[in-house]
Amino acid sequence: SLVFGEDVSFGGVFRCTVGLAERFGRDRCFNTPLCEQGILGFAVGAAAEGCTPIAEIQFADYIFPAFDQIVNEAAKFRYRSGSSYNVGGLTVRTPYGAVGHGGHYHSQSPEAFFTHVPGVKVVMPSGPAEAKGLLLSSIRDPNPVIFFEAKMLYRTAVEEVPVGDVEIPLGKAAVRRQGSDVTLVGWGQQVLVVEAAARQLAEQHGISAEVIDLRTLLPWDADTVAESVQKTGRLVVSHEAPITSGFGAEVVATIADRCFWSLEAPPVRVAGYDTPFPVVLEPVYLPSALRIVDAVRKLLRD
Amino acid sequence: MLRLVGKLPLQGRSALSLLASRGLKTSVASPCAAPAGASASASAAEFLDYPGGRVQFTPSLTVQQPAAQSESIPCYRVLDGQGVEIPGAEVAHALDKDTSIKMYHTMLTLQTVDTLFYEAQRQGRFSFYMTSTGEEATVIGAAAALSPEDIVFTQYREQGVLMWRGFTPRQMADQCYGNVNDVGKGRQMPVHYGSRDLKFHTVSSPLGTQLPHAVGAAYAARLQGKNVLTAAFFGEGAASEGDFHAALNFAATLRAPVLFLCRNNGWAISTPASEQYRGDGIAGRGRAYGIPTLRCDGGDALAVFNAVKAARERSLEMQGPVLLEAMSYRSGHHSTSDDSSRYRAADEMKAWRQRDAVTRFEGFLASKGWFDAEETAALRKSIRKEVIKALEEAAKTPKPPVSELFTDVYDKLPAHLLQQQEEVAAFLKLYPEALPPGVKLQ
Repeated sequence: SLVFGEDVSFGGVFRCTVGLAERFGRDRCFNTPLCEQGILGFAVGAAAEGCTPIAEIQFADYIFPAFDQIVNEAAKFRYRSGSSYNVGGLTVRTPYGAVGHGGHYHSQSPEAFFTHVPGVKVVMPSGPAEAKGLLLSSIRDPNPVIFFEAKMLYRTAVEEVPVGDVEIPLGKAAVRRQGSDVTLVGWGQQVLVVEAAARQLAEQHGISAEVIDLRTLLPWDADTVAESVQKTGRLVVSHEAPITSGFGAEVVATIADRCFWSLEAPPVRVAGYDTPFPVVLEPVYLPSALRIVDAVRKLLRD
Repeated sequence: MLRLVGKLPLQGRSALSLLASRGLKTSVASPCAAPAGASASASAAEFLDYPGGRVQFTPSLTVQQPAAQSESIPCYRVLDGQGVEIPGAEVAHALDKDTSIKMYHTMLTLQTVDTLFYEAQRQGRFSFYMTSTGEEATVIGAAAALSPEDIVFTQYREQGVLMWRGFTPRQMADQCYGNVNDVGKGRQMPVHYGSRDLKFHTVSSPLGTQLPHAVGAAYAARLQGKNVLTAAFFGEGAASEGDFHAALNFAATLRAPVLFLCRNNGWAISTPASEQYRGDGIAGRGRAYGIPTLRCDGGDALAVFNAVKAARERSLEMQGPVLLEAMSYRSGHHSTSDDSSRYRAADEMKAWRQRDAVTRFEGFLASKGWFDAEETAALRKSIRKEVIKALEEAAKTPKPPVSELFTDVYDKLPAHLLQQQEEVAAFLKLYPEALPPGVKLQ
């Protein structure tokens, strides 16, 4: 396997690759020129010749120059060649999401652009142990995977993480909290916000919320969500990305289709607004725990 | 389960100082300061040492001009317009008889396939076609100079490389018809060939994307200890894409043994090269990336053969990239969807057709006593027969079943694709009239 991208050889701007170049050599952990389409194009070629490239895009906000290489090349490589060639070894890691002061280009959550692309998998862990297990599964998965890392959690989230080889299967959601009144769905760092909302709902309003961490967005675990909504009768999906055509729309539409007769209220989304990501007004823009609590209370009142 | 250090990001999402803004990246060296390390040496007065290398100081305020036409990189050729060897031309790798005959045979096959497939498309037998007319010597000269182990990435006008390696007219017809024999399972447009056995990566339509792929593949091959070259073919129009820039810079900095082979045929659909760039063609860019570069006559198969041999040796020896620009002319239309008489002069097309690369190669064969007009006429006839048979048989071969719509998106069908596969099957059972002619469900 190879690890490369901008500034990864000294350890990365978020310290994710510290010590790798020293341990595995500079041929296997190296800096590239500053060019995202080049990083992805290079990674696709290396994967097509049997390598396991783990490419880093410094911020998810800068993945767009590589959009063509991901959407038109990596995602279609196996299909268009009838499996003669594939780039299954490819994993793209990239830090995403709000960080307090990231503004337009250090805060974005572009997952929905990629969940619209048949041929790639999209994975978003919500904590350290999950990040390790899901990343190992992503690297070993025989399909190209885009792995979004919650940059807010890089230095703030600490928990017990197994030292050895662990894998968490892709395509499986995790029920983080059991509940009976409403199903709350989130992914990535938003899971922590959703969990905080669930705690507030229980402690302050006596409402029992079930929390589901989707973990993989493509392909996503609709069964686990549908099972939960069949029990609770209500669904709130929350993500940082703008609401219009966000992945929440996919979850809501699918569940409306599958659970129509179980629903006691319209499924709703609590998400970022349809604006670029702002600096000063970030706290207003973000789908906070309070906004989720408010949405749930309205669902139960109506 | 999860413990958060410091302030919870849930309320207020306090600023974390770990954000490394790309805009704040600063370089250590300043051109104003005395360069570190060099300050003590005597050369410090004349040179600026900085992290990117060393540049000489000058008191003269000179704006560097682009190379004048008279200074442009010269075009290497060995054969004149009639195919006669130019006295004194450097031929480090003379063509032997067997190779020459095989090259000629492949050129004739390519021309015949182009003529008959083009006609088949005009008759509506399949949806699309692109000929290699005018560039036969470039692709087949290059193919002959590569090792069969070399990895090849192409744009779409280089099917000659695949034919050189053994891809048959029948396999080409199967792809164009998209029948069950097509390894691509009928999913891509015609001329999007590929063959893993022949180390020829499957063609895709987006231009230039294969260039950084070739760099990654070449890097992988170097690390795997294989002594092979990766060859990346592209047109002069594709060289305007950002991926061209990415590829050349990555190849140079990461030491990837890749040959960038540009077919400069003067036209990108309707756009003449004069509207594509202002510099000294594509070759003029090589040195700026630190890449050894050469330019050759793409209509001269012997020159292309020698240039590619030299480039290959150089690339493997230094485990780095080489850029070769082969100058030619797109004598055919861009594709079957294009009528090139709408944007270029008939005289220009006629003049270039008279410089036909295959006729020129015939001149070379004749000068060696390897050309026999009678034999060639018989050969042309037998190739024509083979190509017609290939088209007829490919047309009669069934199309892939509907179930192949969903395979190979991933290694296995995920639940949602299984479900969609079942939905389509149920729909088509109910409405069999919606099935395209000749297509079966399973």
